[in-house]
Amino acid sequence: MTAHEIHALSGAYAVDALDDAERARFEEHLAACATCQEEVASLQEATALLAEDSATTPPPALRASVLAEIKNVRPLPPVGGAEPVADLASRRRRPRWAGLVAAAAAAAVFVGGGAVVWQQVNDSDRTQEAISPVDQVLRARDVQHVSIDFPGGASATVFKSVAENKAVLVTEKMPAAPSGRVYQLWFQKDGRMVSAGVMPAGSDQSVLLEGDLTGAEGAGITVEPKGGSTAPTSAPIAVFDFEQAT
Amino acid sequence: MSHLKPVPSGDPSPEGTGLPTLAGLLRASARGDEAAFAQLYDETSARIFGLVLRVVRDRAQAEEVTQEVFLQVWKTASRYDESKGSALSWLMTLAHRRSVDRVRAAEAASRQDTHFHQNSHQVDHDATAEAAEASMEARRVRSALAELTVVQREALELAYFGGYTHTEVASMLDLPVGTAKTRIRDGLIRLRDAMGVGQ
Repeated sequence: MTAHEIHALSGAYAVDALDDAERARFEEHLAACATCQEEVASLQEATALLAEDSATTPPPALRASVLAEIKNVRPLPPVGGAEPVADLASRRRRPRWAGLVAAAAAAAVFVGGGAVVWQQVNDSDRTQEAISPVDQVLRARDVQHVSIDFPGGASATVFKSVAENKAVLVTEKMPAAPSGRVYQLWFQKDGRMVSAGVMPAGSDQSVLLEGDLTGAEGAGITVEPKGGSTAPTSAPIAVFDFEQAT
Repeated sequence: MSHLKPVPSGDPSPEGTGLPTLAGLLRASARGDEAAFAQLYDETSARIFGLVLRVVRDRAQAEEVTQEVFLQVWKTASRYDESKGSALSWLMTLAHRRSVDRVRAAEAASRQDTHFHQNSHQVDHDATAEAAEASMEARRVRSALAELTVVQREALELAYFGGYTHTEVASMLDLPVGTAKTRIRDGLIRLRDAMGVGQ
C-alpha cells in the first residue's frame, strides 16, 4: 500500500471502519504522519457529533453500578508512568450488569386482596405498640409499590397510599452513602423536586417520606452533602415513577 | 419519567459561576475524584449510551458496553490530551470503538440474521431520545448532514452506526472496493467543515 493509499484510510479509521489488519497498518503510519494525525483528530470531532440525535438516557441503576465499580479500579497514571499490571490482576471480578438486575430479594410478600405483609426489619418499629405511620402506609388497602433493584442485591421500594396520602421508602442491603454524604428523598411534583427528607444511615430502612403525596408523580433518591440540600445537586440514583406503581 | 431531573440549586456554587468543562471533569477523574466522575457520567451518559445502543442494538448488551466504556474512561482519564482534541470526541471515539469491537467479536445472532436494507439502522433508539430531539446541537448536525450527498451519508452511516468495515460497506452498496472509504472520508470532511469543528 502506498503512502497515498494509506492516507486515504483516515476517514474509515475515524469511524472504526477498518479491519484489524488495516487498522494496525494505519496506526503504524499514523504514529509517524503529522498530517494524518491532524486529519484524524479533526474527523473524530465531526464523528463525535453524529450520534447527537440518538441520545438515550440509560437506566438509573447503571449509574449506581458504574459509580460502585470505579471504587475497584485505580486510575492509570499519565502516559510515561508504569502500567500498574497488578491492579488488573487483583481487581475484583466485574459483575455482569445484565445478571445483576434480575437478582434482588423481594421486598414484600403480597397476599390475597392486595394487602401487603411487610417483613419488618427495623427493630425500633417492631417494638412500638401503636401502628406506626410507616405501617399505616404499608398496610393501607390501596397501597401500591414501585421497586428498583441495584447492583449487588440492594433494592429500594416506594410504597404509596393515596388514602393515607403518604409514601414510604423501604430499602434492603443499601450500601452506605459515601463519606460525608447522605441519601436524600424527593417527591416529584409537577416536574419539580421537593425534598422528602434525608434517609437515616443503615442498609435496611423503612422511612416515611416527609410531606404528603398530593400531586406527586414520582419519587427519587439522590446523594447529597450531609444535612441534605434544598434542591438536588446530583442526578438521582433511583427514580420511582408512580405511573408504574402496582 | 424522563422529566425527573435535578433542578439547579438556588445557592450559587462556592467555586464560582463557571461549570466545569468535560475536560476539567476528566482531569479531576484522573486524580481519582469520584464526584467529578459522577458529574462526567451525568453530562455524557445519554450521548454515550445512545451511541452504543445504536451500534450494538441490544439493550442489555448496550448497558454492559456503556459500563465498560465508563470504567475505561475512569481508568484511562489521564491519557486524555486536551491539545489533541475535545473531551467529547475522546469519549465518543472510545465508546464507538468498544461498540464496534462488541458487534464484530460477537457471533451476534442479531447481526447474522439481519439483512441489510435501507432503513435497518433506524432501530428504535428514539424511545427515550428525549431532550436531544430539541437540542440546538442536534439540529445543527442534522442540517450539516444534509450537506452530504446521499451516497456519502449512506456509506458513513453504515460504517458508523452499522459498525461495518469500509470493505463490507462497499459490498453492501455494490461499490468497487476502495470507493466506500473515499465516500466515508469525503463525507466526514464535509460534515466537519459544515459543523466548523476540528480546525
